[in-house]
Amino acid sequence: MKIIVLIKQVPDTYGDRRLDQATGRIDRGGDLVVDEITERAMEVALKEKDARKAEVVLLTMGPASSVDVLRKGLALGADRAVHILDEDLAGSDMLRTSAVLAAALRREGFDLVIAGNESTDGRGGALAAMIAERLGLPHATSLNTVAIGADNVAGERAGEQGTRAIHAELPAIVSVTERNPEARFPSFKGSMRAKKKPLDTVALAELGVAEPASRTTVLTATRRPARAAGRKIADDGTAAAELAEFLTSSRLI
Amino acid sequence: MPNILVLIRLSTHDTVDAHATALLAGAARLGTPIAVLVTDGPLGDGTIAALGRAGAAEVRHYISPEVDSALLTPMVDALATAAADTAPVAVLTENTIDGREVAGRLAVRLDAGMIVDVVDLRAAEGRAVATTSVLGGSYTVESAVEGGPLIATVRQGSLEGPVTVTEPEVRSEALPVSAVPSAAVEGVSETPVASNRPELRTAARVVSGGRGLQSRERFALVEQLADALGAAVGASRAAVDAGYVPQSAQVGQTGVTVSPQLYVALGISGAIQHRTGMQTAKTIVAINKDPDAPIFDIADFGVVGDVFTVVPQLIEKIEADRR
Repeated sequence: MKIIVLIKQVPDTYGDRRLDQATGRIDRGGDLVVDEITERAMEVALKEKDARKAEVVLLTMGPASSVDVLRKGLALGADRAVHILDEDLAGSDMLRTSAVLAAALRREGFDLVIAGNESTDGRGGALAAMIAERLGLPHATSLNTVAIGADNVAGERAGEQGTRAIHAELPAIVSVTERNPEARFPSFKGSMRAKKKPLDTVALAELGVAEPASRTTVLTATRRPARAAGRKIADDGTAAAELAEFLTSSRLI
Repeated sequence: MPNILVLIRLSTHDTVDAHATALLAGAARLGTPIAVLVTDGPLGDGTIAALGRAGAAEVRHYISPEVDSALLTPMVDALATAAADTAPVAVLTENTIDGREVAGRLAVRLDAGMIVDVVDLRAAEGRAVATTSVLGGSYTVESAVEGGPLIATVRQGSLEGPVTVTEPEVRSEALPVSAVPSAAVEGVSETPVASNRPELRTAARVVSGGRGLQSRERFALVEQLADALGAAVGASRAAVDAGYVPQSAQVGQTGVTVSPQLYVALGISGAIQHRTGMQTAKTIVAINKDPDAPIFDIADFGVVGDVFTVVPQLIEKIEADRR
């Protein structure tokens, strides 16, 4: 079983995340981390590797700094990593990103692809399904639970109105929700071993994906004024009355 | 007027709900709204009339026996068929898990640009301009697409507007079985609607509880205040992870994003991941024992105190005022 995990580096949600107001792109100058949901995707793959034989390959598309998240994944137990690195990919929209990732996946070959359901920065929540559409494969996405069989994958799909039990024949594209277990911690041994594992860099030209260009254009990006703290009182027995008065005067009750 | 396709998902009993109505109202700002529906049988007259009241000028109805069994593919096929026939300038779906994936797959098929979680839509110089609220509401971004229709997913509860009531022209046709392989849906377990409380995503008032509520039993206090205020119930991730409430109530980075008139945070420290999901609320009230809780930095009215003391008194005041 060959499993490819899509992994992504994002600005730390604990930090002050910014947009470049000229381009509308995410400012990657702050603290960068592995998107937690893609770590959970990796954990699903590594569990399968622990239980049965599986080759786990990490794939990311991103700037040079993204190599850090691949190294971390290799230290956790992945076998190999592929980094799609090309200046021309900066600011790619979902249409273009899905085309580039689909081309890299096609080139690599796989039984199963596992992604996070939604990144913390772009929050698109559609990339796995878009890749499946490009590759003509089924997608079993937004899974709260994942059961990998010899020739199929099954699980519980999250939904606003309720959950659905779904399954798909392999090869397939899966995405996982945060209901899946957290990633394991790297060991010293794992980190040492990771240094010897293959980490390939692939340029856009090698994938032969000239089209489609990004089709979305940012017209304006404006920062919302920061919220200021209002009144703060310590309860001395009258706080509830004062709060009720505030709500009444604000016409909220 | 240009054509705008709107994917309508009927709720239980084949009704056209508020979300569907909002999508049609959004479409009416850009052009002629055409409702696209996929069902496994005929469409009732009541449904068609309801679509007309919501402003659908035309209804494209596709019949597929696979609509509930082949994950999303019939809806993608239906929209692609309707798009080939109507040359729309925009296609709108709800910003739900299904809605985003249908839109994404359609964008690939039509080679069109996609914008997710749109909170506002307008026509400008012959094209559709979409507004999004990104990085937890810290930025407002206006975008458009080039070289094809705009595929947009619309945040629930964000659009409204005047519509022209119509008697829509209905075209029904059978949808051929798709050549694209799909995941198979074996069973559905619907989230029980536990109360008459408003829906979290679109509620005008939200009362949320965090770890400070201490247990599932004591979390009932959040529900009591919500009911006194006619509010929806939300929660922080900590409260969800502790099992006080189901995950559907989670507000924040990885849960629901809300933008109500009033947001009351009880026993919630206000980690940035929670604030991301609620900081665009008009008025924020926080009650927390910890005077240094970050939630106070964004609260319009903060009470440093014990929720188990303050909230029952507040409920009493609210109910006394009502009498």
